[in-house]
Amino acid sequence: MSGEVSRQGREIVMPGDLLEGDNKLRPGTGTYVSDDKIYAALLGVKTIRSNYVNIIPLGGRYIPTVGDSVIGKVEDIGPSNWLIDINAPHPAPLHVNEVPWRVEFGDTARYMNVGDVILAKILMVDETMRFQVTLKDQGLRKLQGGQIVEISHSKVPRVIGKSGSMIQIIKNYTNCRIFVGQNGRIWLDGDVDGIMRAIKAIQMIEEGAQSFGLTEKVREYLESTSPQTVPNSE
Amino acid sequence: MAQEVMSKIRKGHIHKLLSMGKRVDGRGPEDYRPISIETGFIESAQGSARIKVGNTDVVVGVKLDVGTPFSDTPDKGVLTTNAELIPLASPNFEPGPPDQSAIELARVIDRGIRESEMIDLEKLCIKHGEEVWISFVDIYVLDYDGNLFDACFLGAIAALRNTIVPAEEKGKGENYPMPLRRFPIQTTAVKIENSILFDPALDEEKVAEARLTVTTDENGDIRAMQKGLDGALTLDEIKSIINTSLRLSKDLRNLIG
Amino acid sequence: MSGINDDIKLIDENGIRIDGRKADEMRPLKIEAGVLKRADGSAYLEWGKNKVIAAVYGPRECHPRHMQDPAKAIVQCRYNMMSFSVSDRKRPGPDRRSIEISKIISEALEYVVFTENFPRTSIDVYIEVLQANAGTRVAGLTAASVALADAGIPMKDLVPAVAVGKADGHVVLDLNKEEDNFGSADLPMAMIPRTGEVLLMQMDGHLTMEEFDKGIEYAKKACQEIYEIQKDALRRRYADQGGSDETDDEFSSIDEEA
Repeated sequence: MSGEVSRQGREIVMPGDLLEGDNKLRPGTGTYVSDDKIYAALLGVKTIRSNYVNIIPLGGRYIPTVGDSVIGKVEDIGPSNWLIDINAPHPAPLHVNEVPWRVEFGDTARYMNVGDVILAKILMVDETMRFQVTLKDQGLRKLQGGQIVEISHSKVPRVIGKSGSMIQIIKNYTNCRIFVGQNGRIWLDGDVDGIMRAIKAIQMIEEGAQSFGLTEKVREYLESTSPQTVPNSE
Repeated sequence: MAQEVMSKIRKGHIHKLLSMGKRVDGRGPEDYRPISIETGFIESAQGSARIKVGNTDVVVGVKLDVGTPFSDTPDKGVLTTNAELIPLASPNFEPGPPDQSAIELARVIDRGIRESEMIDLEKLCIKHGEEVWISFVDIYVLDYDGNLFDACFLGAIAALRNTIVPAEEKGKGENYPMPLRRFPIQTTAVKIENSILFDPALDEEKVAEARLTVTTDENGDIRAMQKGLDGALTLDEIKSIINTSLRLSKDLRNLIG
Repeated sequence: MSGINDDIKLIDENGIRIDGRKADEMRPLKIEAGVLKRADGSAYLEWGKNKVIAAVYGPRECHPRHMQDPAKAIVQCRYNMMSFSVSDRKRPGPDRRSIEISKIISEALEYVVFTENFPRTSIDVYIEVLQANAGTRVAGLTAASVALADAGIPMKDLVPAVAVGKADGHVVLDLNKEEDNFGSADLPMAMIPRTGEVLLMQMDGHLTMEEFDKGIEYAKKACQEIYEIQKDALRRRYADQGGSDETDDEFSSIDEEA
């Protein structure tokens, strides 16, 4: 099966698989070039877009991309920054200049402490994979209450769905506020029952084998466990 | 074992659910996660078991060899228990010799097996004062998702119950099953605020104030106990945990078979 | 096991080995990917009587700090045998043999991983042998390669590995324990089938040039077979997740909280 090239459909490929040998496509993410041929570098799904062949990874850690919204946890504090764990290969520094408060040198603990959770954005990523986050943008803030779940970051698009369709279904049926970070962390807030059901739905999607009919399966689950249809749910 | 910081949100959620009598994964306070056990699959060991309690995954191997007895017990075989928290099981386990947690774990399990007199050590004597069977119970954690104490203990018991003494191989007569005469069961519970929860999951362990491991035998007698973590337990809580432990041990015993 | 070498007949007059195999036949090999929950990637492998599990964590912060490389990730492999994996119980902890094996496996993997993508990090690979029956280092590397792919680590290719040797004067593929103990050569190697690049090789014993060439031929063919089994393990792990009619494969616009 190795060396098989397919241009249509989504095909699972793995490191070393030949993607393209006749110069018709350009090498995108998750690929490498050797001897003028394009090979897969990752275990993932092969997709072709604007003549570029890309591999969408099926697993792995989150690799920060500028502009991504992420949910992070403060794991350490310095006099002029906080270190935020965002499930990437390194924790991301958040400098005092990148928060909406005026923080004096050494006063960082007053605003945020170890264990606090924030909704942040990736501010920059340089060629040496050094990156930083910021809280200075619309909607970014410290999060309180609710619950956090972690899924594989590669499943985030599936949880969000086409134009947000899947996440909207979950929100509607559970009345939860839900925020999905690109790094695979999801924050939910609502009543306890709603949160539990939303988490169950998200787990169904993450483990979900078949992608055909997944939306229906999730909707069915949420409908059947909705407070209106379960009269004595506590 | 390095500790990972737990977010305030997750801690808050656990406490909120507890105030409603619920646990994060929907279990009741005395419910164990699904347990699966596989035995006898390692040929190079004289007894083996692989046990999963929820996602916690442990493999135990028992090996026996001929050796000299301790001078104060010339007619008894020897039991040694070792536990390894190998780095493959958790991002927080570091390679190296067993740390405090691994040593406490091994000693608690050893105590449960030894004090319950599970193994008839006299039947492991080959020649009084000269030769006895030395048994090694080696525990390796493959995946850490809470409650290592019970996963490792139940795994050790399951492994011992399918162990064969390799007498033929060492020219000491015919093989015979490991001489066992008691069937101890161990349970572990944690205290979070005022709730007592059995079979703590990873998150619950991280916020627990105190922990009590209890080992009992099939007659309903207490054989070993260990209180852990740096919080306190009341005597009432302790009595209650022991009683629940006895109640749960029946089903756990059936599971191991 | 008592008995001198002459008593053990490793190959009979028909060229059949003690476990029924022909000289160029491999023992049965099964691999399963994604068997652990906490590790970033994992694989469990059974090869003849070998039972091996491999797990990968990373890329993650490099510990110890002083080993950090500012330009790339380092691949740190730790190969270990569980105490009950061998006939005579082995004391837990690394011994000189495990340390050497860890090193050569790290080097093999370092070659295929795109380490420049992750400066200052470490990719930690852990190999544990639950049951040993000759060829544990090649089994470990084969499993580790699958675990790395399972962990989403970018690599040039998967790395299959196998050992060839000599028993009763015949070149044989994939030594079992008796052949390893009583044979006269052992040659473990790892090779990328597509390019023919050799990433790991050790040899001890006595081989003529012809025997060496024959051994390499056996190994090449075996590596191709092993490679297919590695790929199949990864494919099966994600068998039903390739196709999709409902979700975008790009990152959909993030749902900004109201």
